[in-house]
Amino acid sequence: MTTTLYTSDHEWLAIDDDVATVGITDYAQSQLGDVVFVELPKVGRALKKAEAAAVVESVKAASDVYAPVTGEVLEVNQAVVDEPALVNSNAADKAWFFKIKIADKSELGGLMDEAAYKAHTA
Amino acid sequence: MLARDDQNPPRRTPLYALHISLGGKMVPFAGYEMPVQYPAGVLKEHLHTRASAGLFDVSHMGQIALRPKSGRIEDAAKALERLVPQDIVAIPQGRQRYAQFTNSDGGILDDLMVANFGDHLFLVVNAACKAEDEAHLRAHLSDDCIIDSLGDRALIALQGPKAEAVLAKLCPETPSLKFMDAGPRKVDGLDCFVSRSGYTGEDGFEISVPAADAERLAKTLLADSDVLPIGLGARDSLRLEAGLCLYGHDIDTATTPVEAALEWSVQKSRRTGGARAGGFPGADKILGHFDRGAARRRVGLKAEGRAPVREGAALFADTTASEPIGKVTSGGFGPSLNAPVAMGYVPAALSALGTIVYAEVRGQRLPLAIAAMPFVKNTYKR
Repeated sequence: MTTTLYTSDHEWLAIDDDVATVGITDYAQSQLGDVVFVELPKVGRALKKAEAAAVVESVKAASDVYAPVTGEVLEVNQAVVDEPALVNSNAADKAWFFKIKIADKSELGGLMDEAAYKAHTA
Repeated sequence: MLARDDQNPPRRTPLYALHISLGGKMVPFAGYEMPVQYPAGVLKEHLHTRASAGLFDVSHMGQIALRPKSGRIEDAAKALERLVPQDIVAIPQGRQRYAQFTNSDGGILDDLMVANFGDHLFLVVNAACKAEDEAHLRAHLSDDCIIDSLGDRALIALQGPKAEAVLAKLCPETPSLKFMDAGPRKVDGLDCFVSRSGYTGEDGFEISVPAADAERLAKTLLADSDVLPIGLGARDSLRLEAGLCLYGHDIDTATTPVEAALEWSVQKSRRTGGARAGGFPGADKILGHFDRGAARRRVGLKAEGRAPVREGAALFADTTASEPIGKVTSGGFGPSLNAPVAMGYVPAALSALGTIVYAEVRGQRLPLAIAAMPFVKNTYKR
């Protein structure tokens, strides 16, 4: 059973047991505009919650993607590196950035559910 | 928040309502609320301009008439030559030239366009500098010229390979204009000033139109299926690919025209040995740079990878050096090249084409090759 949670920095996490798949929200991609470059963390990297983990660049500006929880990077999505425009066309699904092994599930407590995130971006 | 509480509420151009109706995303820019992009987005707007025609609102820029008190245009031209290193006297009627206001240290106060309209000079200056430029002109040229700020005019740029065909429907003389021709023309029956110029590297036109008629003219141009409205985002990526300087970024009060690789814009008559050499602010320093070279130089920079290198990134001679040799002054992604492009300053000794320097981006040193500009070949109709 997958649960999706959201950060106030506009990342989404699809949580499946102790693994979270992380991307940026459709709202975030619409604010960024055309994405032309994505830089992902290395597999095996230990990330601390709120640490800059990836970079997404539009024509105009670079933005950090933060680790929503502490943990180790298990896998990255080469498809968004090869085709950054996927972030614009499919932010909530195909354009995931990385999978992280959640070190401490209590960190999920501060995240938002879909209704709370909708209110946050309204 | 109520705008009336602000000390300096953002200004709006005569096309503000049109931008809103077209879905423009408005941002503060040089004291104005300007569209950074429309629903098509920066990438599509950029590529559309290179393939077809893009319409830009550049009404925030300053338009100034310099009218000679003597009635002789050469007196206005000679007077303006006291403030710029360009040959203004030699601009024929109906032609326009790129120029820079310099300061006593040889730095650039602003860059501008100067056109000879027969009985007066017509100047277009940057939005952020226009108040200072006008004060500068009044302080130094008032004995010779009436300085007339044309605040009641809008400025529309139509740029791209289809711009000529689109404008020709409203102004039959359009095809006969060559690059940098400029003068009063009727456009759709309106009293406009048309120049064949722009800041995208594309063939195109800038049209000064009375503010009251600006929206009607813009709507008429946009009604053509070849024309899309283009925001400041694509304007910036287009001018970067064209290797053109952005004032306040690639050139400023601390850069001379020689350091900025703008030697081409300074005619021989104003250089050492020329008929009217010197006589502009900072002439000693600028002519010294012409005669002996400048220590640093603006160059084009091309990355091997896909990571954009942005303005402000420090440049290094190698991967381990601790002291930067220069910095990036403009940088981003070039949609026409599908690759990152940048420009910046390096020591003259490292400015040869093909030299590799390194930009620091997020703690990494990315190799950049000094590259020829423009990055995208310009298509001016000379």
